[in-house]
Amino acid sequence: MMNVVFVIAYLVLAPFIGGLLDGVDRIISARMQRRKGPGLLQPFYDLGKLFSKEMIAVNNVQLLLNLSYLVILMIAGSMLFAGADLLMVLFILSTADMFLIMAASSDSSPYANMGASREMLQMMAYEPLTLLVAVGFYLTTGSFHVGDIIREPVSAVAWMPGLLVGFMFTTAIKFRKSPFDLSTSHHAHQEMVKGITTEMSGTTLAIMNIAEYYEMVLLFGIFFLFFVNSTWWSWIVAFVICGVIFFLETLWDNVSARVKWKTLLYSCWSVTLVAGGVNILILMLVK
Amino acid sequence: MSKVSKSPWLLHYDASSCNGCDIEVLDCLTPKYDIERFGIINTGDPFQADILLITGGVNSQTESVVKQIYSQMPEPKVVVAVGICACTGGVFKECYNIKGGIDTVIPVDVYVPGCAARPESIIDGVVKALQILDEKQTALRQNGGDS
Ligand code: SF4
Repeated sequence: MMNVVFVIAYLVLAPFIGGLLDGVDRIISARMQRRKGPGLLQPFYDLGKLFSKEMIAVNNVQLLLNLSYLVILMIAGSMLFAGADLLMVLFILSTADMFLIMAASSDSSPYANMGASREMLQMMAYEPLTLLVAVGFYLTTGSFHVGDIIREPVSAVAWMPGLLVGFMFTTAIKFRKSPFDLSTSHHAHQEMVKGITTEMSGTTLAIMNIAEYYEMVLLFGIFFLFFVNSTWWSWIVAFVICGVIFFLETLWDNVSARVKWKTLLYSCWSVTLVAGGVNILILMLVK
Repeated sequence: MSKVSKSPWLLHYDASSCNGCDIEVLDCLTPKYDIERFGIINTGDPFQADILLITGGVNSQTESVVKQIYSQMPEPKVVVAVGICACTGGVFKECYNIKGGIDTVIPVDVYVPGCAARPESIIDGVVKALQILDEKQTALRQNGGDS
């Protein structure tokens, strides 16, 4: 019964939570740059506007592919919040990303195609660590099931701090934050216009944005897993720490410049190897 | 329904400006003027833009570009000509390669005078463009169904 409530709450609330987080992110960024910044609800005004704009379809599959991206992300998120298999969630998450890549490469813009290949590169950068995180949860709790993981007496983070650091490092890619915002960016004036979203406009772009909100909440759900255990107060702690992680990602976005793709790949793999690999090794020896 | 003026995304194109006006456009993004407080994003993508902000007069090389960018923007959209060059051709008006102001190629909604246009007047111009944008949206809804 609880599972159903969680899934429905996720499906209904995720776009709003994602939008609010985006609004907070923009305000914090503006304050860091000594600006006033837009209002908290700006992302929702943006979405409303995008839906009201004239529909320019560059081809007849892009909208469909973006919709698939959205739907598959919703499925991945629902599975996480239903307490299902974490490994499965992560696999479906990567599948969703493939649809976005296909959507971007379906149009003729060279910028979008370049964005698509960079998106693929980004996947290569974060995927190893994402899988290690799932393995880490298994070694720590003896199960891939989210439902079991949250019922452990001790928070998983006690056994996998290295994996947490690594996951924070690589989710900057997923959040499309500098220095890893190679395939598209929230900021204008870059070498390839808007990357994967270059030829998306109006409704198509709005759908992509909503999907990103679902993904954002899903990722915070995984961060959440690191901290929750069988006690009720661990949920509050997890909430607070997720807030801190969100702030750190925004801070990092504002103090770093985007890197080249090789730096992205090597730094992510090094972190995976050092933080993730060592953590897993220790887990295998101790547990 | 949501108003487009709540989230106007802006595309800046330099048709043949001396860069004086461009610097002033970028000034609007700095902490002192901060146009993002109006929800404005300076995007580089015509597909996602609502306001086309052009500096400098149109010459024979940029004419086709201006037309193409304009045609790529989804309705409703407005055009703001920034600086006297963009309004009329300005000091370059008599040059052999200059066609004149932006309105010789595409319809312009707001003219922002000045050489270079001051950030304050650029913001005033953009805010004025927002009203026109809303009017266009309403007109579009009335005779264009739900688009
Ligand atoms: S109006 Fe003046 S500053 Fe602006 S582009 Fe023309 S000459 Fe340069």
